Amino acid sequence: MAHFTKANSVYEWLDQRLALDKLWKVLAAEYWIPKNINFLWAMGVVLMTMFTILLISGIFLLMYYKPDTKLAFDSVNYTIMQEVWFGWLWRHMHAVAASVVFLVIYIHMFTGIYYASYKRGREMIWISGMLLFVTFSAEAFSGYMLPWGQMSYWAAQVITNLFGGIPFIGDDLVVWIRGNFYVSDPTLTRFFMLHVLLMPLIIMAIIGLHFYTLRIPHVNNQDGEEIDFDAEAEKYKAGLKKESKVIPFWPVFLSKDFFVLGVFMIFYFYLVFYHYDFAMDPINFDPANPMKTPPHIYPEWYFLWSYEVLRGFFFNVGPLSAMDMGLIAFGIANVIFFFLPWFDKNDEVAPASRRGGFKVWFWLLVIDMIVLTIWGKLPPTGFNAYIGYVAAVGFLALWAALPAVTARKTGLLWFVILVTLALYVAGYMEYTKALGNGFLIVSLFVIFYLLFFLNPVMVRNRGGAR
Amino acid sequence: MSMANSRRDFLGMVFGGFAGAGGLAALYAMKRTWDPLPSVMAAGFTTVDLSPMKAGELRTVTWRGKPIFILKKPPEENCNHIPDETKKRLVKVGDSEYLVMIGLCTHLGCIPSWEPDKKTFHCACHGGEYDACGVNTFGPPPRPMDIPPFKIEGTKLVLGEEGPEYKKMVGKA
Ligand code: FES
Repeated sequence: MAHFTKANSVYEWLDQRLALDKLWKVLAAEYWIPKNINFLWAMGVVLMTMFTILLISGIFLLMYYKPDTKLAFDSVNYTIMQEVWFGWLWRHMHAVAASVVFLVIYIHMFTGIYYASYKRGREMIWISGMLLFVTFSAEAFSGYMLPWGQMSYWAAQVITNLFGGIPFIGDDLVVWIRGNFYVSDPTLTRFFMLHVLLMPLIIMAIIGLHFYTLRIPHVNNQDGEEIDFDAEAEKYKAGLKKESKVIPFWPVFLSKDFFVLGVFMIFYFYLVFYHYDFAMDPINFDPANPMKTPPHIYPEWYFLWSYEVLRGFFFNVGPLSAMDMGLIAFGIANVIFFFLPWFDKNDEVAPASRRGGFKVWFWLLVIDMIVLTIWGKLPPTGFNAYIGYVAAVGFLALWAALPAVTARKTGLLWFVILVTLALYVAGYMEYTKALGNGFLIVSLFVIFYLLFFLNPVMVRNRGGAR
Repeated sequence: MSMANSRRDFLGMVFGGFAGAGGLAALYAMKRTWDPLPSVMAAGFTTVDLSPMKAGELRTVTWRGKPIFILKKPPEENCNHIPDETKKRLVKVGDSEYLVMIGLCTHLGCIPSWEPDKKTFHCACHGGEYDACGVNTFGPPPRPMDIPPFKIEGTKLVLGEEGPEYKKMVGKA
């Protein structure tokens, strides 16, 4: 056993037993952060804060919420909103945080993409981050259902129905997930369990993993510069703070984080107190009614882009129904970001502004996802259907083009562009009914999906961009 | 040495096998816990008396929490514009014909509304349309509205049980 001397203070007593000094060094005082990073890198701390707010407000909501189809709606809209002191505050904080957390996640994600923070040693950071995105989505969806309003109900109906698209076991799987033939009490109680226990546990575990993955490759910086963290840290500790390229997480870097966080919190509480309704759909203030559908169903804003990819295909192609194609595209859209480090064939870590073709690709992706988001909310009737198709195919095409763009295979890139344009024309002819599910569209789609899946394998890495 | 090793391997394998079997049993228990309860499964029957229905009338009943459309056909109307596909969707009870189907859009599961003057079902969600026989004629729905399992007992319709008429209709017999 180790040797223990008599401690002179409570802190010393604890330090001897828990190595508090060492822990603090590892976690904060000697956790090195590059100097040249901007406010976008503060999003991690903002997210952590939002998650904490969700957890705490959730605990207070949990004290009065009743997971029973007969009681749920009133427990939220009457008990929590009218009776419980400050119940409205917790609810609005919870709802607004659930919505803006996605805004911040998207900013966080796209910062990572813009600065190429997902490659060369940082793949695990990216993957664990994407896992967090997926688990947060499951958490948000299961929570959305709990107030048992009309939109909650039909969202649950539609989303669980999606599993029916899986060949052979689909229909049984839907019943199994719901615990009944339709979305009903067992569905509510199991989603309640997922929302308040299982998903939060998993999320917390993955947050731990996400932090851990940062430890070795360290956080990226605005120039994609490779920093020798040990050497720079020595400089800093020797007092050469100006010359050193790094600063400690605490207190230097966090002070900047806190500033960004402060600005963000003003925005957040402004929403909570003055615009909480942006996070609440008016239709959800009608109690759920399984026998009446609202005329237009759409998810929360942060799922709209993938929802529109699902809906984007409006015609059947031979044996593939429009819905199957939508499901395939939707499946791809939901996992493709995981593979970003391998679709990007360029090893160089640099901001998109310095990466030529990639810069165009990045902004096209952002624009396409905004278009998908906007059209995801509009009813897909008339010309909207065609725009949805263009944006959905565009989303897939961008991913199919990425290996060609980053490995600078111009020939392949042109091929992707031509196939995409041909699909647009074919889609337009189908839209105006000039073409009837023809052989042409089938073969185009075959080429398209082959391109998509083989592309990253076929294209060889060309190393640096210069 | 090798003796000791093989003994350790053996113990390892026994322990692994034991733990694996326990894990599988636990997984099975979890799967079953998540399954619909027996009471839920047993509540899956609904009986409707068809005799008071008038020709051309649409009735909506609930079966397994889903709306079921029952439409009594007027004699002149015959669903035969796409003959093979639709004719077999009609159920003969006594001397009238009925359409029985699950009133959920096959696209994403909204409830289409019946428009008697146009004789179509219209799904407001994404503009899907079905003809008077429940066959999709426009928009995203991939197939006609589904037929629920049913049985005919005199003038009564029992939903949830697969009678001979149903089996013939879906080609199971
Ligand atoms: S659910 Fe009926 S058209 Fe989409």
